[in-house]
Amino acid sequence: MAGEPIDKVYVGNINVSARRARDLLLGKLKLGEVVDWATTFSLWPVHLLTSCCGAEFAATWSPRFDAEQYGALPWISPRQTNFIIIEGTITRKMACALRITYEQMPLPKFVIAMGACALDGGLFYNSYNIVKPWEVVPIDVYIPGCPPPPEGLARAILQIRKSIREKKLASKWLIEGWRPDKKYVTPKDDVCKWWRP
Amino acid sequence: MSLESLAEEVKKVLGGFAKEVAWRKGYLEVLVETANVVEAAEKLKSIGLDHVKSVTAVDYPKESKIRVTYHASSYSREDLMGVIVGLSVDLPRDNPEMPSLISVWDGSVEFQEREVYEFFGVSFKGHPDLRPLLLIQELAEKKVLRKDFIVKEESIYEGVPFKYD
Amino acid sequence: MTSGGLEAGAQRIPGVTVKKIEKEVYEIFIGPQHPGSGHMRIIVRLDGDIIVEADPDIGYVHRTMEKLSEVREWLKPIPLLERMTIIDACNVTLPYVNALEKLMDKTPSTRASYLRVLLCEINRVASHLYGMGIFGVFIGHSTMYMWAFGDREVFVELAEVLTGARLTHTYPIPGGVRRDMPQDLPEMARRTVRYMRGRLEEYRKIFVDNPVIVKRLAGVGVISKSRAIELGVVGPNLRASGVKYDVRIAEPYEVYGELDFEIPVFEEGDALARTWVRVEEIKQSLNIIEQAVNWLETHKGEPVIAKEDFDKLPKLHKEVYEKEGRVKLVPAHATMKIPAGKAVARGEMGRGEIFYYVESDGGTTPYRVRVVTPSARNAIVFKHIVPGHTLMDLPAIYGSIDYFPPESDR
Repeated sequence: MAGEPIDKVYVGNINVSARRARDLLLGKLKLGEVVDWATTFSLWPVHLLTSCCGAEFAATWSPRFDAEQYGALPWISPRQTNFIIIEGTITRKMACALRITYEQMPLPKFVIAMGACALDGGLFYNSYNIVKPWEVVPIDVYIPGCPPPPEGLARAILQIRKSIREKKLASKWLIEGWRPDKKYVTPKDDVCKWWRP
Repeated sequence: MSLESLAEEVKKVLGGFAKEVAWRKGYLEVLVETANVVEAAEKLKSIGLDHVKSVTAVDYPKESKIRVTYHASSYSREDLMGVIVGLSVDLPRDNPEMPSLISVWDGSVEFQEREVYEFFGVSFKGHPDLRPLLLIQELAEKKVLRKDFIVKEESIYEGVPFKYD
Repeated sequence: MTSGGLEAGAQRIPGVTVKKIEKEVYEIFIGPQHPGSGHMRIIVRLDGDIIVEADPDIGYVHRTMEKLSEVREWLKPIPLLERMTIIDACNVTLPYVNALEKLMDKTPSTRASYLRVLLCEINRVASHLYGMGIFGVFIGHSTMYMWAFGDREVFVELAEVLTGARLTHTYPIPGGVRRDMPQDLPEMARRTVRYMRGRLEEYRKIFVDNPVIVKRLAGVGVISKSRAIELGVVGPNLRASGVKYDVRIAEPYEVYGELDFEIPVFEEGDALARTWVRVEEIKQSLNIIEQAVNWLETHKGEPVIAKEDFDKLPKLHKEVYEKEGRVKLVPAHATMKIPAGKAVARGEMGRGEIFYYVESDGGTTPYRVRVVTPSARNAIVFKHIVPGHTLMDLPAIYGSIDYFPPESDR
């Protein structure tokens, strides 16, 4: 074998092997249920504050409301989180940042849209600078209110936990590699089109 | 400081520059020619109006002008703390251009002139770093705070087809 | 295998810039997703560990409030502008209401003025506690975050009892306020004040006098007095640099002229002094809250909106006011016209001075609303003060400035 270029070495197809291992671990066994169970107790939101609902986001993890009891703790790096809370209005500049942050997060990942602005614009409906969050990232749970109280956010976290357990969202996502019910509405090129190097 | 004596002092220090001095509600407005604005600002600074609270621009499409007002006040002179003097210039609407007052009032006008530039398209000559501050380039080209930019009923996410699937 | 080289294989990734920079200077984009709170980006250029240039790239929360105010009737910008700083909601809308009152030549009743001052001071304490809590997050002091946010809830609760809303009060309206004080508020306010005075002593022990914090903050981000004046810095950041300027003293609005309080001023101008100013200001605000509730308790009977407005109310609305203390406005308020003119009003928020320019052409909507918020004026500090510090000092400076992006971007 000496002298042969390294790319000529015949090894098994890594994609096929990985798929087989994945099917065995997650499909045949009941490990999928373990994944769902574990995901519900480790929903860590990324530290991306997009608007003024961030004030209530901060209060949700304060001693009075203590959302840490649900196993959720805001964390710094998107690489180590699986959960994103959109706090209010998304402006055009922020839309690109939101999309990049979302794409950096590992699967499975979930999104809560918090506040009237995140539903469909809210008080700023006619503004020229806002983007509706559902155009940017696929959203799991919406919370109405301007701003929603911390109890509302806690309720949404419970709602997401419920749907992960009931619909097996996390394990299905890992098995199938994508979620058919959640898609991007807008291509990334359009979300970030204002960005010109 | 009483309001009359302030108006007197401002008139005295500005000399012939002031075209019009008038009391508005809450501030003294001084209108000067665009060519004299830097000297007028320097004279105002010399009596102790050491910072600018707001660079305000208002669009008047009927008179075809944009009025830019520097609302200056004082941190160092105690009797001037309670008053605001607005140094105004009228600029033509189709090609608004004026000298930057960053040489006089330094950092307190730096970002606000950038704001006026992006919202109204007023270009400040001599500004070291004139580019949009809050808006993206596409929107800054539309001069959004001018009166002829109408807020549409729907959100204008132009160029992106809406797909509900 | 990489014979193609970087350029041939490189893809254009949306949102990612690739460009050449000077040798031995690193360019780091901090934000808008970063460990602290705040929706802004600071582009810093580093030589080794020293920041040589900082360029604040703000506008991530620019929600076009100045433009939207122009298309809404006079009263509707109040809830709109409040969203700039929902943690300081009364302070941020009060100067707008004052500007409308200047244009209309309307004077609020004294009771309404005291109620406004009461809510403003409650908000100021809540805002300072919020700032200190976020500061704790920035420099990794989780206890400060937990304590400050826990104690902030006490003041949020007090504001909720007074107005009915946790954050978005929409309390002042031209000529008065929307609700009278409930009967049990004075006692509750006094209990809150007593509690907070005790807590401040503990804050001093665990945070501002903590050797770790002192080491981290003392001498960091120094703004000298002359530089602070040139840059037009406002609020606690200005007073930490030795300038005794507070709108409540310089141009007293509402009933601040009749109240007894002091303006804490520090000379050092560093991050620690800025933190101290906030702690001292909380003490002064607690004094004002006490004075305001004492006055309100002993002077009852006056309506909370201007007398001429109250007399015009229909009988049903007067009954609602007598029973519930709630002002029901007549529809004419929504479409009122305001005489043509230009007015300027300013007020002191928790973070500093807010400036409003309101112009009316006699119609039912404002012709122009210009608002300059304290954070918008403090943003310049990042550009001119941060260079020369190490990267590690940036969170300490950011937190001590108490910068709040939605307020800055409007």
